[in-house]
Amino acid sequence: MIGDEMRRGDVLALEGVSVWRGGRQILDEVGFSLAPGEFTGLIGSNGAGKTTILRVVMGLLAPAEGTVLVNGRPLARRNRSVGYVPQKVLIDPDAPLRASDLVALGLDGEKVGPRTPSRQRRQRVEEMLDAVDATAFADARVGNLSGGELQRVLIAHALISRPQLLLMDEPLANLDIRSGQEIVDLLARIAEQQRIAVLLSAHDMNPLLPVMDRVVYVAGGRVAVGTTDDVVRTEVLSKLYGHQVNVLRVDGRVLVVSGSHVSLDAIPRQSGAPAADASVEGR
Amino acid sequence: MEGILHALFAPGFGHSEPVRTAVLAGAVVALVSGAVGVITVLRGQSFAGHALSALGTLGGSAAFLVGITPLWGFVTSGFIVAGAMELVGTQRRSGRDVATGLVLSTALGLSALFLYFETIVNSTTGVTITILFGSLFALNGITLPAMILLGIVCLVLLALLYRPLLLSSVSSELAAARGIPVRTLGVAFLMLLALSAALSSVTVGTILSSALLIGPAATALRLTKRPAVAMVLAGVIGMVSTWVGIVLAYDSYRWPPAGKGWPVSFCVVAVLFTVYLLTGLGSRLRTARVRQRRAGAPVTGQPLPTVRQG
Repeated sequence: MIGDEMRRGDVLALEGVSVWRGGRQILDEVGFSLAPGEFTGLIGSNGAGKTTILRVVMGLLAPAEGTVLVNGRPLARRNRSVGYVPQKVLIDPDAPLRASDLVALGLDGEKVGPRTPSRQRRQRVEEMLDAVDATAFADARVGNLSGGELQRVLIAHALISRPQLLLMDEPLANLDIRSGQEIVDLLARIAEQQRIAVLLSAHDMNPLLPVMDRVVYVAGGRVAVGTTDDVVRTEVLSKLYGHQVNVLRVDGRVLVVSGSHVSLDAIPRQSGAPAADASVEGR
Repeated sequence: MEGILHALFAPGFGHSEPVRTAVLAGAVVALVSGAVGVITVLRGQSFAGHALSALGTLGGSAAFLVGITPLWGFVTSGFIVAGAMELVGTQRRSGRDVATGLVLSTALGLSALFLYFETIVNSTTGVTITILFGSLFALNGITLPAMILLGIVCLVLLALLYRPLLLSSVSSELAAARGIPVRTLGVAFLMLLALSAALSSVTVGTILSSALLIGPAATALRLTKRPAVAMVLAGVIGMVSTWVGIVLAYDSYRWPPAGKGWPVSFCVVAVLFTVYLLTGLGSRLRTARVRQRRAGAPVTGQPLPTVRQG
């Protein structure tokens, strides 16, 4: 682990978290912490351990070793201070469930028994929909929403119970560039205004660069934590990956290129011809 | 006036005991099926509903052989099948088409054998019709109270689990993150579905019971976007359709070919399908208007171009 000190008042603190599954180590002594209002990117390629980290933070997966503290207290299942936005939603376009219904379920979806109508709750749902600019499609069926609209509604669903920490699983994976940018801006605004810590997983850090306060870079179940400038550097990531990787900055974008045989000079100049043995992690 | 009434309701309709029982049982079953059906569609489990009722044939025919009321055969086989489905994980139709198809057809084959034995060995006539097409006009005194009780159990469970069921239908991860025991909830719903399939198998038979589950729900969700309203609406649509079907079946004794009456389950399903078609016409007109209004709005969903550089 490439270090991160625990700070006072942290919303979330992981220390030495290790997870095994089927004899394979998925997470290796992962540790990082999030302060209120901080926007943190959980960056790594597929299979690096991002989703496992999110599941540990949600309390869906108990780590074999290490501690998870939410607001300084050990994590309990069903924690109201953690909001979660899943990557995928399974719902039929015809299914009778409106965007506003889904947001209302964010208040009391786990409760048993019928709900009594309340003006106060309806008002809170409306305010929340307004806060994520979703009023226009509040009445639309959830299954009919576009990717960007659905993300907004899911964010409203997660935030309506006023959590201190918002977890987002690859929210940009299925969005076009413009909707993705809108979602990122919205989250940055929410993090700042409502002092909510946002932990957002992504395989590409570039859309997040303008708003990301810190990065938790995951590779092979280990993490490197800090500001983008501290972490996304050739030496740090090479140490994390355990082999040579090169960090390239082109036009304000960051590319992480792996390949021990490839030095910067060896990269062919002509466009479109990928270098042998090189793979690109950022886009 | 009396002429019209006589044309609509054949003489003796209101005084017939089987008809009164049918009206009551049909209402209970339709209310349960409609409400359960809406949640089934929301959860994308229509296929599980279909499989449960098809496999109910096995339980119903076995019950006849053993000599108990088909209702308990339907209920027992439904619970067993629901449990098996949970173990194998076939609630959502996915990559297991071959296995599922084989199990379903084998079960139906076995049911055919049981029905054959029952007909040949015990010379019970009409048993096949009872199982496959229901026995709304021939419910015995033991079955009706049991049906009403089971119906109430279903509706109470549904009201209790309403919000967790909705939430987990959107995303099981989301529900799990809120502390909902998703797997237990899934099993509970499958059991509910099995109960509802058993009830409708008694009235309209195993072949048509999924029509009573999905038909009113499909109609209701064309008419409303609200989940609770859809559940009530589906129940009412199913109930009214069942009643109209009962009237038609009663009247059909005056119809060709034999003057022996048409099967009530056919009449119910015919009414359900007609209602579905009519609402379809309505909603098609509506969506055409909405599309016109929305034309010109930007289309989202363009994938990010993948950049490969080396």
